[in-house]
Amino acid sequence: MRLGFFLKEALRGLSRNSAPALAALLTVMLTALVLGVFIPIVQATTGTANEVRNRVVVDVYVKNDATAGERKELRSALEDTANVRSVDFISKAEGLAQARKKNPAAFKNGAELLGDNPLPDTYRVTPEDPGKVGLIVDRLAPKEADGLRVPSLAGIDEVRNKEEDTEKILSATGLVKILTAGLAALLIFASIALIANTLRLSIFARRREVEVMKLVGATNWFIRWPFVIEGIFVGFMGGVLAVLLLTIAKETFIDPLADRFALLAAPDTIHFPLLVVVLLLACIAVSAAGSALTLRRFLRV
Amino acid sequence: MVELREVSKVYDSGTVGLDRASLEIGRGEFVFLVGPTGCGKSTCIRLLLKELEASAGDILIAGKKLNDIPRQRVPYLRRNIGVVFQDYKLLPNRTVYDNVAYSLEVIGESRQAIRRKVPDILRLVGLSTKLHNFPDELSGGEQQRVSVARAFVNHPPLLLADEPTGNLDPETSIGIMQLIYRINRTGTTVVVATHDSEMVDKMRRRVIELREGRIIRDELSGLYRPDESTTEFAVRLRGEMGVGPEGHPN
Ligand SMILES: Nc1ncnc2c1ncn2[C@@H]1O[C@H](COP(=O)(O)OP(=O)(O)OP(=O)(O)O)[C@@H](O)[C@H]1O
Ligand SMILES: [Mg+2]
Repeated sequence: MRLGFFLKEALRGLSRNSAPALAALLTVMLTALVLGVFIPIVQATTGTANEVRNRVVVDVYVKNDATAGERKELRSALEDTANVRSVDFISKAEGLAQARKKNPAAFKNGAELLGDNPLPDTYRVTPEDPGKVGLIVDRLAPKEADGLRVPSLAGIDEVRNKEEDTEKILSATGLVKILTAGLAALLIFASIALIANTLRLSIFARRREVEVMKLVGATNWFIRWPFVIEGIFVGFMGGVLAVLLLTIAKETFIDPLADRFALLAAPDTIHFPLLVVVLLLACIAVSAAGSALTLRRFLRV
Repeated sequence: MVELREVSKVYDSGTVGLDRASLEIGRGEFVFLVGPTGCGKSTCIRLLLKELEASAGDILIAGKKLNDIPRQRVPYLRRNIGVVFQDYKLLPNRTVYDNVAYSLEVIGESRQAIRRKVPDILRLVGLSTKLHNFPDELSGGEQQRVSVARAFVNHPPLLLADEPTGNLDPETSIGIMQLIYRINRTGTTVVVATHDSEMVDKMRRRVIELREGRIIRDELSGLYRPDESTTEFAVRLRGEMGVGPEGHPN
């Protein structure tokens, strides 16, 4: 309601304490800059990890002598199994073509040695959650008491999911995800602590003033508003500067390289405008809330 | 107006600031709080302002127990008490005008009222020419007068002054005391803490003496004339303190 007065007070505070205000502004800018670089990197990393995880599949080999009815039944049974995202059919011929493409050397001079195409018709099952791929395998071919897997449906010859590879993929990508998440949390915590500390310096210099204001009958919010407005201003300016620098860096360095490096163009990273908005809001929120919270200690007069 | 009932204040360090002090000050009275350094004068003032909490006993201002006032209502208590601090406690980043205006902004006074009242009160304390100076551009006496102006600009019913003449020369001291006396004449209850016993004797007002936190004397001193005019008061004070009559612009 006394917006004009509070704005004037905030402006006075900023101009009279320009050194600490500038320090806070630069701190906000630097942390925003680091976050702005780090967020897409985290996303690209987890995106890549997820992509690798998506390579986890279960191959269901169909018996050569399975009837059309059995095949149809098998397919719908697969589609109904829990944790199955999609089922693709790879015919004998397609399988051979893929194998040849993957490893041309092996087929160069001996394809005919194999005589007839030895590959079975295959249903390739992609799981919803790669981490729980075991469930699908257990469902399609439960382990018997002697440790051997026996297919549970007519028409299945064998169920394969390259168990060793799968495990490696899952544990490696899991570790990558945990590490990046931990690093991100650490970075965000450090940013907030750093900004709060710089704000504390700026407010500490004025604690006597706050004390006097309280002694002449100012309410806490009457004192707080100008500080919060200062915080909003500092956060906004720091954020804007960081965004400007990020934009310049993106346009001059990243964009020209993006065509050449898959990681930089990873499809899962945040859109730049969204990143800008998120950074600006975070800067403003952290520095405004930081001002208000730091002040609390000096308001107990 | 002000009442202390068996009030004690023991600081966290164990020092006793006030020891079972009881007193009553009526509306419109002018009271001195005297005693040697460390006797508890400032403690008393700070208790009245609820800057400190009493360890025991009750403090009443205008019939209200300070203990019953919740933290968020304290600002409203303070708006009814003007305070002059020994170290002035002016806001360093504000001009004389803005320092005084702050007290009015705090109570939500309109802009027009502020523009009218601030120059008025600053004229009263003789600082019309220094409206736009910052505190560090003023002499001690001038800063003290700003502090008096700030304390009185919204005409509080109670004025507390802690060593208002603490480190000022006799002539300036008389100016300040004259100002406070003038405020008292408008009906404001005034409590002045000081160790300037010479000044107190000359003023001939009610004196409460403290020693080691206890009240050891509470009496009207000398020939007390409640109806003495401000001018008479100043002339008498100058005469008794041996300060020339050329005096203060006020
Ligand atoms: N914040 C505090 N913490 C601990 N002890 C204190 C505090 N403030 C004052 N005291 C002690 O309480 C006693 C009374 O102090 P007070 O400030 O009330 O004295 P005073 O009468 O105002 O003295 P002076 O004339 O020097 O201003 C002193 O012994 C002092 O050391
Ligand atoms: Mg004192």
